[in-house]
Amino acid sequence: MKNILVIGATSAIAEQTIRLYAQQGARLYLVARDVEKLETIAADARVRGAADVKIQTLDVNDFATHETVIEQAFATLGQIDVVLMAHGTLPDQAACEQSVELTLKELNTNALSTISLLTLCANRLQTQGSGTLAVISSVAGDRGRQSNYVYGAAKGMVSIFLQGLRNRLFAHGVNVLDIKPGFVDTPMTAAFKKGPLWAKPQQIAQSIVTAVEKGKHTLYTPFFWRWIMLIIRNIPETIFKRLKL
Amino acid sequence: MNQGINQRTLCGWGQYPKTETELLNVHSQRRIAEMLAAPGEKSLIARGMGRSYGDSALAEQTLSTLHLNHLIEFNTDTGDIRCAAGVTLSELLEIFVPRGWFLPVTPGTKFVTVGGAIASDVHGKNHHLHGCFSDHVSALKLALANGDIITCSRSENASLFYATCGGMGLTGIILNATFRLIPIESALIAESSYKTANLAETLERFEEFEQATYSVAWIDCLSSGQKLGRSLLMLGEHVPQGDLQAHRSGKLKVPFNMPSQLLNRYSVQAFNTLYYHKQTRSHAQREVHYDPYFYPLDGLHDWNRLYGKNGFTQYQFVIPKAAGLEGMQTILQRIVASKRGSFLAVLKAFGKANDNLLSFPVEGYTLALDFKIDATLFAFLDELDRIVLDFGGRLYLTKDARMSETTFKQSYPNWEAFAEIRAQTGADRCFHSLQSLRLGL
Ligand SMILES: Cc1cc2nc3c(=O)[nH]c(=O)nc-3n(C[C@H](O)[C@H](O)[C@H](O)COP(=O)(O)OP(=O)(O)OC[C@H]3O[C@@H](n4cnc5c(N)ncnc54)[C@H](O)[C@@H]3O)c2cc1C
Ligand SMILES: NC(=O)c1ccc[n+]([C@@H]2O[C@H](COP(=O)([O-])OP(=O)(O)OC[C@H]3O[C@@H](n4cnc5c(N)ncnc54)[C@H](OP(=O)(O)O)[C@@H]3O)[C@@H](O)[C@H]2O)c1
Repeated sequence: MKNILVIGATSAIAEQTIRLYAQQGARLYLVARDVEKLETIAADARVRGAADVKIQTLDVNDFATHETVIEQAFATLGQIDVVLMAHGTLPDQAACEQSVELTLKELNTNALSTISLLTLCANRLQTQGSGTLAVISSVAGDRGRQSNYVYGAAKGMVSIFLQGLRNRLFAHGVNVLDIKPGFVDTPMTAAFKKGPLWAKPQQIAQSIVTAVEKGKHTLYTPFFWRWIMLIIRNIPETIFKRLKL
Repeated sequence: MNQGINQRTLCGWGQYPKTETELLNVHSQRRIAEMLAAPGEKSLIARGMGRSYGDSALAEQTLSTLHLNHLIEFNTDTGDIRCAAGVTLSELLEIFVPRGWFLPVTPGTKFVTVGGAIASDVHGKNHHLHGCFSDHVSALKLALANGDIITCSRSENASLFYATCGGMGLTGIILNATFRLIPIESALIAESSYKTANLAETLERFEEFEQATYSVAWIDCLSSGQKLGRSLLMLGEHVPQGDLQAHRSGKLKVPFNMPSQLLNRYSVQAFNTLYYHKQTRSHAQREVHYDPYFYPLDGLHDWNRLYGKNGFTQYQFVIPKAAGLEGMQTILQRIVASKRGSFLAVLKAFGKANDNLLSFPVEGYTLALDFKIDATLFAFLDELDRIVLDFGGRLYLTKDARMSETTFKQSYPNWEAFAEIRAQTGADRCFHSLQSLRLGL
């Protein structure tokens, strides 16, 4: 039986991942800020077969409570096999350009909070000597683009932090998985027109569970984003800066 | 956060009619209640998987229930499941078959939502014994036109319960429901099939096998004269012991609308003949998985595109038992004479009607046929309507895209009681589908 901690458990992608783990009979510790949604998801997980589900509220920007929340989660579950971090927001890029305050807030939500939580979890997993840290960053973190570089910068920061962490924890038997979804049809992207490149959160969730099982370090999901991003990363900056991306 | 409003062209499973609509993607029941509490100008209707054939789930604003997809509670002793209205039957099967539970009633596709199953009060191959889907529902939560959320059951808000089951989304948005699964020991169905020589024999066989859990007949609706109504009658029982493996999601897909000439009289005739002769002996038996048994067409996704871009309509009527053989013969003869093809012609015997105001089944026989839409089809169907009404029958709302207000009001005598409940709850100022407007509800 797997023990699983999910932060940002009400995210559509996290929720679908929770369903898959619930079906496997896992023990779940679900953390998010909206208690009503959390309770709905917890009940659903129980019916689907989760052995045990606990919930905990947390606004990730409330940094002062991180330590207690993580402490509690580890105390409750004992050993943890997978920590999944999925919280995030899609900043209004234009608004960020006009507001330092908003820009910093978005960086807090999408990068610093994650780094704080990662730091706390990493040490415990290191002591434990096993487990996977699975964090949803984004393909947007692979290169800065004018349409959404605040988000991109935050996700890129998380990815680089994860690289270092992976390098550090490898020797301790802990795997660090960087999950980089492309376009996913979730509440976060409700306002966008959907096209053929768009994936469903169910698909992303399945790929996450498989990648965790296989001990992968980086997951572009759906898979074709690996190739799209390979091209995007390799466009020379002299050309890239002229593009409307 | 953005509510997710999308301007879309939508249609039902028959791809007729198509309409421009605002598709509302609402992610929680609280948001639905808030939205309803702030009244809008536009007509609004709930939409599940869009497997109704015509215009039942179309309006100026269409509220997708697919985000209401949570399971809430399961009682492992009784099999009572409470889940949100957007959960699909397919998903329930995936979760519960391995644990030894099955749907009490299932339509011929598993890609429908619980809300849709209740709103259309769907029936399956076991109607003669187990009634409609709603007969297994003990309670449901309904969001009314003013945003109030109430519980409806046979003892609480009973009149709204009887109006909502079979009520085609016109009383409110069903948010969740409790219904009872049935225990099974195997995912297999023991199927036995019988070839019958004509309609009279088919109906006799239904009588003879009225104790069979599942029964349905595929009519070769193109053969005439002595052979009119020759059928393959298929019975089914849950196998008492075996594997409890759920279905797997299919991969085959019809990628685009086929040129509609592909489905002409000859291909349909060939199909019907093949189907009938597929079985050479007069009686055969085999064990099949529930998936091909109940959902033979689900393996081919988007098969409705086979009918081409003008779409098709399914004509499903029921006539009371008393009118049975004569009525059915008259109508079949009319169809055969018209030389219009139907890919599918499914005949079923219904048991007693329930107390819901607009549920379709009445004790008797029901036949469902698909017709490709062309310029002269509707005039022909109007003619059939008259015969069906003459025999005291009616049409299934969830398949309908074209019947007239008069036809509807003549054949659904409870429509006035239904309209009254709509008026009492303010539903008539908010919930309309293209269908309800056409039928004068
Ligand atoms: C291949 C195939 C085989 C079929 N076989 C059968 C059969 O054997 N027996 C049978 O009875 N039917 C059958 N049907 C019809 C189908 O079961 C019904 O049309 C069913 O209602 C579809 O469910 P849905 O979720 O797609 O609903 P939709 O098509 O989206 O909506 C149907 C109606 O339900 C209402 N509705 C949906 N969700 C809600 C909600 N949450 N609250 C309030 N109203 C709601 C809509 O407003 C609309 O009026 C078949 C359909 C197909 C395509
Ligand atoms: N959708 C995409 O196209 C896409 C692409 C690449 C990467 N991603 C990433 O995938 C992850 C999951 O997103 P999603 O697509 O599943 O969208 P989502 O459903 O909107 O999930 C975002 C989640 O983050 C939570 N959250 C936001 N701010 C928070 C805060 N201050 N404290 C606690 N929780 C907070 C939200 O909580 P509430 O439910 O309370 O609002 C929500 O559960 C995110 O990290 C996102 O950046 C998404």
